Amino acid sequence: MQDLLEIVERLFAGDRGALARLISWAENRDSRFPAALGQIYPRVGRAWRIGITGPPGAGKSSLTNGLVQAVRARDETIAVLAIDPSSPFTGGALLGDRIRMEERTQDKGVYIRSMAQRESHGGLARASSDACDVMDAFGFDRIVVETVGVGQAEYDVMGAVDTVVVVLCPGAGDGIQAMKAGLLEVADVLCVNKSDLDGADRLILDLEDALRLRRPRDPAAAGAGAMTPPVVATSAHEAEGLDDLLEAIDSHRRHLERGEVEDLEKIRRGKRIAQVRRVVGERLEEELWSSSGHTATVDSLLEKSITPYDVAEEILGSVLGVSPKTP
Amino acid sequence: MSETETAGTNSKRSPAPAGGMDPRLLWEQALAQAKLREANFSTLSGVPLEPLYGPDDVQLDYQRDLGYPGEYPFTRGVHPSMYRGRLWTMRQFAGFGSSKQTNERFKFLLEHGQTGLSTAFDFPTLMGYDSDHERSLGEVGQVGVAISSLMDMETLLEGIPMDRVSTSMTINGPAPILLAFYIAAGENQGVDPKLLRGTVQNDILKEYQAQNAWLVKCEPALRMITDVMEYCAQHVPKWNSISISGYHIREAGSTAAQELAFTLANGMEYVRRGIAVGMDVDAFAPRLSFFFDAHLDFFEEVAKFRAARRIWARKLRNEFGAKDPRSWMLRFHTQTAGVSLTAQQPENNIVRTALEAFSAVLGGTQSLHTNSMDETLALPTEKAAKIALRTQQIIAEETEAAHVIDPLAGSYFVESQTNRLEEEAEAYFLEIEKRGGVVSCIEQGYIQREIHHSALEYQLAVERKQKKVVGVNIHVEELDAAPEIELLRIDSEVERGQHERLAELRKKRDSSKAQAELDAVRDACRDGGNLLERFVAAAHANCTLGEIAEVLRQEFGEYEEPRII
Amino acid sequence: MGRRIRVLVGKPGLDGHDRGAKTIAAVLRDHGMEVIYTGLHQTPEMIAETALQEDVDVVGLSILSGAHMTLFPRVRAELEKRGLGHVLLTGGGIISKEDMQALEEHGYVQLFGPGTATDDIADWIREEMVKRWKNEEIPL
Repeated sequence: MQDLLEIVERLFAGDRGALARLISWAENRDSRFPAALGQIYPRVGRAWRIGITGPPGAGKSSLTNGLVQAVRARDETIAVLAIDPSSPFTGGALLGDRIRMEERTQDKGVYIRSMAQRESHGGLARASSDACDVMDAFGFDRIVVETVGVGQAEYDVMGAVDTVVVVLCPGAGDGIQAMKAGLLEVADVLCVNKSDLDGADRLILDLEDALRLRRPRDPAAAGAGAMTPPVVATSAHEAEGLDDLLEAIDSHRRHLERGEVEDLEKIRRGKRIAQVRRVVGERLEEELWSSSGHTATVDSLLEKSITPYDVAEEILGSVLGVSPKTP
Repeated sequence: MSETETAGTNSKRSPAPAGGMDPRLLWEQALAQAKLREANFSTLSGVPLEPLYGPDDVQLDYQRDLGYPGEYPFTRGVHPSMYRGRLWTMRQFAGFGSSKQTNERFKFLLEHGQTGLSTAFDFPTLMGYDSDHERSLGEVGQVGVAISSLMDMETLLEGIPMDRVSTSMTINGPAPILLAFYIAAGENQGVDPKLLRGTVQNDILKEYQAQNAWLVKCEPALRMITDVMEYCAQHVPKWNSISISGYHIREAGSTAAQELAFTLANGMEYVRRGIAVGMDVDAFAPRLSFFFDAHLDFFEEVAKFRAARRIWARKLRNEFGAKDPRSWMLRFHTQTAGVSLTAQQPENNIVRTALEAFSAVLGGTQSLHTNSMDETLALPTEKAAKIALRTQQIIAEETEAAHVIDPLAGSYFVESQTNRLEEEAEAYFLEIEKRGGVVSCIEQGYIQREIHHSALEYQLAVERKQKKVVGVNIHVEELDAAPEIELLRIDSEVERGQHERLAELRKKRDSSKAQAELDAVRDACRDGGNLLERFVAAAHANCTLGEIAEVLRQEFGEYEEPRII
Repeated sequence: MGRRIRVLVGKPGLDGHDRGAKTIAAVLRDHGMEVIYTGLHQTPEMIAETALQEDVDVVGLSILSGAHMTLFPRVRAELEKRGLGHVLLTGGGIISKEDMQALEEHGYVQLFGPGTATDDIADWIREEMVKRWKNEEIPL
């Protein structure tokens, strides 16, 4: 308890070490985290959360770097959560997408944190959402969450932010791949990076075509006020188009804040509900299969040589207090 | 050669001689029954090796693929007489501490029969910082000499006749500035720039790929290089304006084929840039020289040097339309592989270096640096440096190997490796082109990633003992046996001394004149004027390296390395 | 799964030899650690600040420029200034035996010279961290 009060106090005092440690707690599912979050929760909800996703090689990291500069130029503060994959074999990861430049590392208005994907099952989305809450409570104006958009885990992460930017770049079939992968459906803003390369104009046209045909994410929200995602061209390497991108993000924000689609509070409430489900799911998993849980039961039940389904029904029965389903 | 000895290898086979079993088949059977040391055999670069090479392994048209020494495609050497005319230049890289200390080492080496100077700079100099910059703390004079101004350069060359000695300067990002110091120092010695001989490495592309000492972004850096090429062609005609270096690519962990491919790809990029600014290829190509690594795989290395000459000649003649045969000739300096040296049992390094040096000589190098045995531990001591030089002298004077030109030509094995390396290099050229050229490959991290993967693979092969290193993973001795060789240490006096010299220089010089020259550099950055010309003027006005480099950083922007792991 | 060892691999100073740093970063990843590689040409302040933001357990420095006697103690000092005195410090490069001994007093309990097997480095880090976590030596 002493720990907890101290670290929260330090966080509120602007101590970046406390911020970093609280994120580690969230990541490691430290038993102290839920209580800590409770302490800081009143301060959560001020920052605008931006997700940046897209296929590998689209230049997400340099785009994030560029965005950081553009945000700093407006004298706003920004935190970045960069998510990288973990090796499915060893669990290890190489993190820190960006090579660190002096002016950014030393800039008190910027915080950069890497997070490994670790195991899936919503754990990543839960941890990244927690991390955003901590950064939010610390007082950053904007938060960027950057992921490689290839799997379900990353889509879940994007589900927890306010504005999703999907980054693509010219190259064989990229636009088509993105449509196939469902990337367009999650986009609030589309960004064509490396726009100085051949094929950029074509990609922009293709995307605009595809967006006209896009079905809205929420059919109920269709019709009046539904916003077609703008397509923004950037060349992060040349620091071009970054202000346009920021403007597109802000425009999406204003759109939501004006409640033209639905109430922002309602949207955020939906996101909190999703987080509750993830926490419950994670805790259930943990409780079920901990050493005192059902691991041993499965083993002994299987001795009786019944099918996995029969065993599962037995266990569900004992957990939920209902009798096993009979065919 | 008897009938049986020329019998084919592999699947293609000469018919069996009448009345007997096919001798090749007999040998193959014998081989199949023999117990082998390993399951797989490969070159140091991990390329699989056959147990035997024969005529069917080599597609060779003598005139087309080899020719005669001094003749296209120069596979056998760039001079008709090679070492019968003149031995290679023995050029030991030296530099440490202050300019005065290095000046003394230079004189020592010249007295012991060295024939050219080669300068190593410390990291602050290589990165374009003055010795008194905050980032230079602890680094001044550590791995090379600290040169922050014309005054330091003059001290470095004091008492050395600049019109008679050729000097090589290993520097890249700020190379044009250091060359300006050199030209200015010559002028102050009364030497006409037209008489200056030597080489400045000035190869920025491999910095982004492997060596990592850069100043500004790629494009402006390449512009400075063409500025140097143009200026030298006009004012310093005996100067080699660029030494295209594979050494650092190899030392960063590449394979032999990657060293060859990336180096030549860089060379071709410089040629394209020179042509693009309107120069005649024959006006600058003869002044391009190369710099390769000599590693431990003796035959692969000899083949690499031969392949390099052949590829370059073909490219320059056929792709770039050079007409002057001197443009087709790939002349190169070689350094033995620093990474092959071990901290364990360091005396063994003398033997490694000797073998590597021998491959460079049989590969037809124009100049050679042999490493000192203690270089993995610290900078070489005088004794170790002398043994290294003596190693070259023994090869030159005692082995009689320098009397015959390209003695390994015609070896089935060496010729097949030469062909193989050329093919691998060509495959890389295609890949680089597909990815939009060298600069684009650097920005994507492609070349860096290729090198990193090779380095990692090699490291793991050593750790799994698939590749053996005496004293490291085989024939290991007691770990705690401290090396018995004496080490050279650089004391912090050097740093302090440099601080004082710089303070004095800034006090003494005409500061308004210095500022005016810095402003002129800034203007040239913007209006496209020749930067080397401006640097020479700035050098005479006692502007420091760091001051000039700072203008460049501000005007052109610092380079950001892409993430590759 | 829970907690994983987080390691910062740093390149202090101006030297550009990153072969060793990149190799060790990849090897530690393969040993199940989460590795943050800083990139080249880092000042001690940059390394310490990154260690802070990333909340790492270990800082490993790679240096071949000969400036270790200046830079290593400065990295330590910058870490302590940020309340990161608990971080496990290590490093490698061209460092003489005497210098290694001297750096021990600056908190570098183990440094690795040229020719060290990368697996040995990974094992050492793991053993140290297991010990520390068992004793919960990590302050807030």
